[in-house]
Amino acid sequence: MTVTDEVRSPARASGQPLLEASGVTMQFGGLLAVNDVNLSVHEGEILGLIGPNGAGKTTFFNCLTGLYKPTRGQVRFNGVPLAPKPRAVVEAGMARTFQNIRLFANMTALENVMVGRYCRTSSMALTSILHGPKYRKEEAATRARAQELLDFVGLGRSSEHLARNMPYGDQRRLEIARALATDPKLILLDEPTAGMNPLETRQASDLIFKIRDSGLSVVVIEHDMRFIFGLCDRVLCLVRGETLVEGTPIEVQSDSRVIEAYIGTGESDDEDAGQDTPAGGDEEGKS
Amino acid sequence: MSIPTLPDAFVEKHAAKGWPVGLAGVALVIIGTFMSWSFDPNILGDLSVYGYPGGLQILAIILSLLALVLLLTVKGPLASRLGQWLDAALGLRALGLWLLIYMVGVILAIATDSSGLVNVDPGGWISFVGAVLVFAGSQVIPLRELRDLGRARLPGWFEIAAVAVVMAGVLFGAAYALAREDAWSFVLVLVFAGGTVAAMFRTGTMGWFGHVATRRRKVLTLAAFAVAFFFPFTQQGSDANMSIATSVLIFAATAIGLNIVVGLAGLLDLGYIAFLGAGAYVASSLSRSAFATIDWHPPFLVIVLLGGCVSATLGLIIGTPTLRVSGDYLAIVTLGFGEIFRFSMFNLDGNNGPNLTNGPNGIPGIPELAVGGFNFGDEHVVAGITLGRFSNYYFLLLLLMAFVILVFTRLNNSRIGRGWVAIREDEKAAEAMGVNVFGLKLLAFAVGAFLAGLAGTIKAHQDGATSPDQYIFLESAFLLAAIVLGGMGTIAGVLLGATILKLLPEKLRFFSEYRLLLFGLTLVLMMRFRPEGLVANKRRLLEFHEEDEKLATAVESELVEEAK
Repeated sequence: MTVTDEVRSPARASGQPLLEASGVTMQFGGLLAVNDVNLSVHEGEILGLIGPNGAGKTTFFNCLTGLYKPTRGQVRFNGVPLAPKPRAVVEAGMARTFQNIRLFANMTALENVMVGRYCRTSSMALTSILHGPKYRKEEAATRARAQELLDFVGLGRSSEHLARNMPYGDQRRLEIARALATDPKLILLDEPTAGMNPLETRQASDLIFKIRDSGLSVVVIEHDMRFIFGLCDRVLCLVRGETLVEGTPIEVQSDSRVIEAYIGTGESDDEDAGQDTPAGGDEEGKS
Repeated sequence: MSIPTLPDAFVEKHAAKGWPVGLAGVALVIIGTFMSWSFDPNILGDLSVYGYPGGLQILAIILSLLALVLLLTVKGPLASRLGQWLDAALGLRALGLWLLIYMVGVILAIATDSSGLVNVDPGGWISFVGAVLVFAGSQVIPLRELRDLGRARLPGWFEIAAVAVVMAGVLFGAAYALAREDAWSFVLVLVFAGGTVAAMFRTGTMGWFGHVATRRRKVLTLAAFAVAFFFPFTQQGSDANMSIATSVLIFAATAIGLNIVVGLAGLLDLGYIAFLGAGAYVASSLSRSAFATIDWHPPFLVIVLLGGCVSATLGLIIGTPTLRVSGDYLAIVTLGFGEIFRFSMFNLDGNNGPNLTNGPNGIPGIPELAVGGFNFGDEHVVAGITLGRFSNYYFLLLLLMAFVILVFTRLNNSRIGRGWVAIREDEKAAEAMGVNVFGLKLLAFAVGAFLAGLAGTIKAHQDGATSPDQYIFLESAFLLAAIVLGGMGTIAGVLLGATILKLLPEKLRFFSEYRLLLFGLTLVLMMRFRPEGLVANKRRLLEFHEEDEKLATAVESELVEEAK
């Protein structure tokens, strides 16, 4: 099954990157949460974003997806500058999931995914009230597509279940299905395996490969190193809002600075702990 | 809410006595109704006859016959067929309680309307003792585990017949209740209705009917409109009740419009009455009244659309800047807007600007509507029944109601409705999924305002005069109260809420002084015990009970059932 109709291009395709963020900086008052981060994602690529707690990964995500308006810097998608508005970002073809799951809890799984279709459908008030053939066709298509996506992520049998009643792992997958419903070219996953057991984690990475294979690019934030190094084509390590290392998993894995950032050097542990968790760093976009 | 019960040990000890005591009680109540209840024939109609049941005694008989059916379901000929489905024991407890309340009400009514308990005749006391026995007996009949009546599958014709019977019951009940002229009788009819509904809830019949209603939505809607259509024919040309009915319809249509804003989009609007007022002012200033300020008299259909559009434009104007704030702030801003509207109408009298509204005097003498050759002021005789002026407006309002309901349900079930739910659930997530949050909020405002504007144009002609003091804040508050009482996001709920809020003050004049106090109290109690309203919307129910896992599972199994 395919997620988009486009033929997938090989990983790490040459030419223009799909997403290109340059010099993105986010400042909250006196706090530099993200400082001059550059990022480019090519078609069909899986990019990992790692870093200790409070490194600014989620803030950077929020800057990319328009939940925050970056203090400086620019985000270009498909070569066109993106307005820092969530709707414009989604319409351009970039969808996301949230670190702490933000489903529409009292809607069924199918309805959740159907909301994701909102920006790709067009019937407005009058068409809905008149209930003409065109409207009914679009509704049927929305429903069919939503069901197809639920099948794709492996939730086909839970379509009528309430999101709030679903097991944790299913909720994560449902959030991915909802994001896929917006027909993205690139999907940003914020800690898709947080709180999952090893089996679920493996299923999650299978799902991400499946998404990539259907022609999408993926950017994923994760703490689980084994997961990220097994999954990604390229990894970017953020520490205190700045890019520390960027490279292939093997390069990043063996970089002493990365290990130091995660484990610490011993002497300055206490100071690091204080600085590593700036307020608002890993907070979801609540501003 | 649960009915307090006796300790288990006590119930077990006396379990065997419950059934015969209950049966004796039913017999006593019925015997009592064949005798005189009251010495004074002028109280509660006439209850002073011997030999046959009269007036309100019939209701006591119906309640006790219902109790008899349930008793026979507990033990007797009906036990084998209905026993495993109907929760007869619980139903009996409810019925016993309400029968007792009914008889206490009767005795109180007789005692207060004449000079004390002396005027209660033996029949009344016999029925009262019967009610006490039914109540006492029902308390010790043990409860049982039952199959869920909602899952009972009955033949299609039976379900449709059930819908028809319930709707016919509603029609006759409404006509009967409205025909009671004194307050006590009306209250007693309400107690009777309350008892029937409570028994239906407790036996599980109501749950079953709810399932049937969702399965046969079209039949239900059709039946409801048929009942509404036939209602004027039950009134024998009486204008008093029809005038109440038309005001209920205007109120309900406006409240359903507001329910789009409040119930579907989740925006609190405290100035909504202004949109009704805008429609009314459009219609009255374009009418052929001698005080009308604009000398242009287009056909009524044009006026209706114009009224709707002017209101919708006002909605957009007020919405564009204010919908950027949310929650309490939005409520305060809309409240302010409602007052601005009223003061503008008050001041556009020629001294402070153009003369559009005649200021505080308003626009009186609005002529009756005339569409084509049909004048809404004329009486018509259909099938021997006179339909007066109010009936004419009633039918027009019924059309409006159909339109409002159509708009409400279709929007609710569309892409837009899903967007509204998403916004209510998690605005940020909705935005991140590409839902046009601001646009959808504005749309809810505009559609709600449009519908209120439509209602306003008809209201102007029905009232015959338009003035600023009809559109005070209190009216907005009542509209909102109808929604909160009835149920956010539902149509049946708002209809019920609107009927209660409009009908009770008309029928129960004696409590008009305490009207606001009682409504306030009711709302406080509703918020405490049933925040989702009398008729709950499934999703709203879940939203109000975020922690209730059992409820969520129950709703989910219903959803899965429906999808099949």
